[in-house]
Amino acid sequence: MSNGINFAFLDEYAKREIRRSVIKAICIPGYQVPYSSREMPMGRGFGTGGLQLTLALIGADDTLKVIDQGSDDSVNAVNLRKFIEMTCPGIDTTTRLQEATLIQSRHRIPEQPLRADQILVLQVPYPDALVIVEPSEDKRKIMHGEADYSRLLVKLYEDIVKFDEITISHRYPTRINGHYIIDPSPIPRYDVPRLNHSEALILFGAGREKKIYAVPPHCLAEPLAFDDVPFRIEDFTDSHGERRACKLCGSKTSFLDEFIDEQGARVYQCSDSDYCEQQQELAHG
Amino acid sequence: MDKILEVKGLSQVYGPGCDLCFASTGPDFETNICPHCGSIVALHDLSFDLYKGEILGIMGESGSGKSTAVKCLYFDQMPVGGSATFFDDSGQKPLFKLNPAQRRSLRNHRFGMVYQNPNLGLNFDISAGGNIAERLLMSQVMNYSEIRERARELLARTEVLTERMDELPKNFSGGMQQRVQIAKALATRPPLLLLDEVTTGLDLSVQAKILDLILEIQSELNTAMIVVTHDLGVIRLLAGRTLVMKYGRVIERGLTDQILEDPQHAYTQQLVASAL
Repeated sequence: MSNGINFAFLDEYAKREIRRSVIKAICIPGYQVPYSSREMPMGRGFGTGGLQLTLALIGADDTLKVIDQGSDDSVNAVNLRKFIEMTCPGIDTTTRLQEATLIQSRHRIPEQPLRADQILVLQVPYPDALVIVEPSEDKRKIMHGEADYSRLLVKLYEDIVKFDEITISHRYPTRINGHYIIDPSPIPRYDVPRLNHSEALILFGAGREKKIYAVPPHCLAEPLAFDDVPFRIEDFTDSHGERRACKLCGSKTSFLDEFIDEQGARVYQCSDSDYCEQQQELAHG
Repeated sequence: MDKILEVKGLSQVYGPGCDLCFASTGPDFETNICPHCGSIVALHDLSFDLYKGEILGIMGESGSGKSTAVKCLYFDQMPVGGSATFFDDSGQKPLFKLNPAQRRSLRNHRFGMVYQNPNLGLNFDISAGGNIAERLLMSQVMNYSEIRERARELLARTEVLTERMDELPKNFSGGMQQRVQIAKALATRPPLLLLDEVTTGLDLSVQAKILDLILEIQSELNTAMIVVTHDLGVIRLLAGRTLVMKYGRVIERGLTDQILEDPQHAYTQQLVASAL
């Protein structure tokens, strides 16, 4: 390369190792595959796990979309996109979901359905859902192997006892393909059903924790719940029971962010900026 | 009667061990510390059969190996020798030849254990009901209302105030913690219950309640139990048959009444005489 950096920054050996881990992760849905996470020119916690996955998978003919908490324009998304553009000459970037072949995201799954020819890469801070009940990784591996999630379920039980409902707002433990339970990264509960039978391959990369796992296309993903206390998503209803709408596009079906405007009033806006813009364009013909 | 457990030649040594450990320790030598290698022979050649619904007592002084025996049977530690076979509805299970997953499955579903120290048997970070729920959830009971109902029933059965089922067990008295432990151990209705010094350190009235409770459970659920204690009163009340242990060996065995009325071994005679 002219600037002396390998295409997609990582050396070919690193890319091959990550791709092998990805294949293993796809073969065993939900299983956390260890890999030797590389030092990246940014701090751990800035999405290095997702970035390494993206860099190992991206090709010159790919179109990339980078999202951070639903927005294409946040600092994290802009800087990751710039870095990938710089190290992957020839690739296209976009903010339109429909144009993208590879999507790297933090905290959200896009509102619009993904296609079979797309890959979603999620950045993960804590890959293991069991870490809240068992500090020893050795024991957690045994618990995962035997699908022993009773202690995780006790957490849900205690939640219902204390608050009459399950109060986990994000990182909702989700059982993949009837066995492994994953931490689906800090996506809101609203996005968890989108993992189930997704058309697209969904990959999870944790750089600091050095783990890769996957929800392959058309794979069963069930949020953990009791038979008589089912999983439920955020409903965004107001005190009159009305579904709140986005103040920009008027959508009543999207995940909303809450803001305080200059007058001190609460307003709601689509979290997914691309979806919101497309809805506005549709409304204005 | 149907046999539920068969133990043969169970032995346990703490330390490096040597060829002379077993030959140079025991009641005849008045020690269980090997003079050649310094290892502790906690258990040697323990054999017994246990039948469905039977309560077997294991009695002896501190360090006689009685707790080691139940800890081996509950897989808290692996013995250096001997075998144990558990006769389940699904067939015979050689306990020490099972793989770790099979052992954990037996521990979680078919065995119950009540430790002397509730810290070992209870999770103090979750409520009393949550402790019982954990056992039920291991057995794939996934209905929240059913779990609550069964936890409430078990706590009522063990005379724990059901209004306190959502409190942390660390706020309970020692007797109540012990009863929550029993309720937890019984959650999956195990055919075998191991009780390690369950009444030690409790006051007499609480002791009596717990012993009554154990007897009621045994007659209601036909649960086989191994009761480990150094208290002759507990043995007299609960156990049909008793093993007396000293320095890791069984020195006397037989019907409890026979052992207490007509002890043959000098140590047992001393033990019975001191209790009278």
